Amino acid sequence: MHNKTITELAKGLRDKEYSSVELTQAYLDRIKKYQDLNCFISVAENFALEQAKLADTQLVSADAGLLTGIPIAQKDIFCTQGVKTTCGSKMLDNFIAPYNATVIEKFNSAGAVMLGKLNMDEFAMGSSNETSFYGAVQNPWDTNTVPGGSSGGSAAAVAARLSPAVTGTDTGGSIRQPAALCGITGLKPTYGRVSRYGMIAFASSLDQGGPMARSAEDAAILMQTMAGFDTKDSTSVDREVPNYSAGLNNSLEGLKIGLPKEFFSESLNSDIATAIETAVNEYKKLGAEVKEVSLPNMKLAIPAYYVIASAECSANLSRYDGVRYGYRCDDPADLNDLYIRSRGEAFGSEVKRRILMGTYALSAGYYDAYYIKAQKVRRLISEDFSKALSEVDVLMGPVSPSTAFGIGEKTNDPIEMYLADIYTIAVNLAGLPAMSLPAGLVDNKPVGLQVIGNYFSEDHLLNIAHKYQQVTDWHLQTPKGFE
Amino acid sequence: MEWETVIGLEIHAQMATKSKIFSAASTAYGAEPNTQACAVDLGLPGVLPVLNQDAVRMAVKFGMAIDAEVADHSVFARKNYFYPDLPKGYQISQMELPIVGIGHLDIEVDGETKRIGVTRAHLEEDAGKSLHEDFHGLTGIDLNRAGTPLLEIVSEPDMRNAKEAVAYMRKIHELVRYLEICDGNMQEGSFRCDANVSVRPKGQEEYGTRAELKNINSFKFVEKAINIEVERQIDLIEGGGSVVQETRLYDADKNETRSMRSKEEANDYRYFPDPDLLPVEITDELRAQVKADLPELPAVKKQRFIDQYGQDTEAATILTSSRQLADYYETVVKQSGCEAKLCTNWVSGNFLGALNKASLEIADSPISAERLAGLLKRIADNTISGKIAKQVFDALWESDLSADEVIDQQGLKQITDSGAIEAIIDKIIADNPGQVEQYLSGKDKVFGFFVGQVMKASQGKANPGEVNKMLQSKLKR
Repeated sequence: MHNKTITELAKGLRDKEYSSVELTQAYLDRIKKYQDLNCFISVAENFALEQAKLADTQLVSADAGLLTGIPIAQKDIFCTQGVKTTCGSKMLDNFIAPYNATVIEKFNSAGAVMLGKLNMDEFAMGSSNETSFYGAVQNPWDTNTVPGGSSGGSAAAVAARLSPAVTGTDTGGSIRQPAALCGITGLKPTYGRVSRYGMIAFASSLDQGGPMARSAEDAAILMQTMAGFDTKDSTSVDREVPNYSAGLNNSLEGLKIGLPKEFFSESLNSDIATAIETAVNEYKKLGAEVKEVSLPNMKLAIPAYYVIASAECSANLSRYDGVRYGYRCDDPADLNDLYIRSRGEAFGSEVKRRILMGTYALSAGYYDAYYIKAQKVRRLISEDFSKALSEVDVLMGPVSPSTAFGIGEKTNDPIEMYLADIYTIAVNLAGLPAMSLPAGLVDNKPVGLQVIGNYFSEDHLLNIAHKYQQVTDWHLQTPKGFE
Repeated sequence: MEWETVIGLEIHAQMATKSKIFSAASTAYGAEPNTQACAVDLGLPGVLPVLNQDAVRMAVKFGMAIDAEVADHSVFARKNYFYPDLPKGYQISQMELPIVGIGHLDIEVDGETKRIGVTRAHLEEDAGKSLHEDFHGLTGIDLNRAGTPLLEIVSEPDMRNAKEAVAYMRKIHELVRYLEICDGNMQEGSFRCDANVSVRPKGQEEYGTRAELKNINSFKFVEKAINIEVERQIDLIEGGGSVVQETRLYDADKNETRSMRSKEEANDYRYFPDPDLLPVEITDELRAQVKADLPELPAVKKQRFIDQYGQDTEAATILTSSRQLADYYETVVKQSGCEAKLCTNWVSGNFLGALNKASLEIADSPISAERLAGLLKRIADNTISGKIAKQVFDALWESDLSADEVIDQQGLKQITDSGAIEAIIDKIIADNPGQVEQYLSGKDKVFGFFVGQVMKASQGKANPGEVNKMLQSKLKR
């Protein structure tokens, strides 16, 4: 059952091979069995079974949709009424939101069943899931390695078949990099395509929620539910949502692929380079043309990103002050003590590091040199992409410079950790959509192929991914012990 | 040494929107604490602001009314600081690109007109309220006010004394109420002001160091606070000291200002554009809509009252001091069809006097413009005398009757029938031979006695002109 696609599961529900309650229970059992992976912060057992029961009644009537009764799991960054939402932080360890994020509302309306809330780096700040207050997540492909981050619990859960599909969020690569490291399919949509309402903010101008699944076909189904304009999010875009499943099988004849030369420098692991090359050759066989392009300002992406994302997070995280909700220190002596100890005791070191960086970058006398400069770089990077994407339809390259690295391997070197997102960050600065697809194994660890498209071309990206998955089986590979 | 005072004001006017600037929660005043604060106002994790377009329209309206540049493109920024009643740890305000740019306003002080520059006006959200009483050493937080839309109106340092500052503040107060963008209620904090005050030797070009007087919420206190602060600064300098740039609080009970925090302790607010909100674009369409919606402005209306109704400046100033009063007056003129002068006297005299005495706003007046017009009509057509009219006015104040009903019921119709008046006069003359004797022997004063007696006998209803004429002919010497 756990190896079935969403479409297959939906058919099974309709054919009464099993009920949603049975299906949900099967996944809950599996989550329990593999709890050492630490994919979940909260397993919503009773909540899920209630939803499943409701779904079963809907399945009898005609108004059931494709997701009705299908279990999924949510990154613990989306506010869920009645189930605690921690964002991976001690700060929100006791926080139960009184409202649902728009994305959650949409899944609820679609009849999906929520198995629980997935582990993640604290406030989505991290590339290995190791900054989570709830501990590291094990990568099912090698439990001594990280699943990537920040959507590490999400990626590992799908890889281990603990949920058919899940949600993630991507601020600098947080969907794509863990998808790559865990051998699953992830889509980071165009900024503004998916509502951010109720999705706890890390860096507001970069954050974007998206689906993570085993295949492009399943990702398209989730994307259909997630996408759309939301009056509660001023930065969401009022633009028609296409049918993401309709064009999955469109021909790729004549597709123009650009390979940014900056993605293939010496620092890229040669085995990964080979895997990407092989994947690109598959596309040639499918009728694509390939040419080299350039993104000359790529090297500025990481510094610009860490100024902008940190600046925004320094303000976004000010609301966690111990006054209204969340963690409050014991016996504060006065107001300052309340602030200092509540925040000091409840935020982890990576979160503190970024708040400090951001606060510094926005300070009087430094604002122009850092924040304004970074915004200029951001514009240059966007222009690089516009130019490249005027020459070709999509860009392809690696997602991550390495495969999954060891737990604890990079935790003492933040700069080394930041470089793990070197191929993904620029995409967020430009606001473009991009996907990560399983494209090979190196030493039995998954390698991800990144496909970057133009604004609002998610349907095309899913089509490109799906066609590849029709002629390869990397996305069907299951880590040993989880078959 | 002779000193010159320099004053600039920052006025916070609460925009009269139904809901908050970034959420759908109500802005109504006086609700139970925290019952008008939704998830967005509480700054819960994950919530996002959505700009209230009515607040934008109101700001644009203000900009047009002070002849200011209204920006095509303005930007909301985050002003970062920690305070318990500031839920997000930042206030959404505007910094570099405010919605309203440079404009101006004319004030009048002692008959002189002076133009005061407005540097800018920007939209922002209000914070909540910290409550220090009733919590036994703890602080309570009420977030009902959090997210209330404010327009911060910043003047140029163009005022030279407290009187000018008050005149400017009154003018802005009058204007925002005219525009119906702010209720102007100072007790409820809908209209409040910070004053930047400095002094310099007369003739010196350069400004002195200024102190900012925070949160003054009455015209009276603005004047007092500025005067006392100017005194303090002059004393300080003349005593060999110097003014430090700081924020000071005016204590009305002690009539003194005292330091809240100095510049060194001031926050670095780390403004940056709010990534949750798109820049505000003011379209030509919106401009046209707002322009069409713009009422006649106070200065224009005042001049029109002088020209159209022959009022003197004083009367015109009073009658145009609020849009409601001006509308009331014009309704009276229109409905009564009377001479403007009669209407002016009655509205600015008896009517306003009665309102003030009862401490009522025009909207709560017991006598509508239509009913007052009904009364004035009867004065104009001689149905009643001016004196009786006051009696009718009092009756209108106490009841819902029309003037005609009061006149009818109380039998107050003026007696103009000369036969009836003659009968009364004859009786009075016959009854008072002594007084007749006195008058005929040259005591002019006694004439008044006869008029009084006739009016008394007629219960005030005899037409006084008629009485005079007839008495004169009867008592011919």
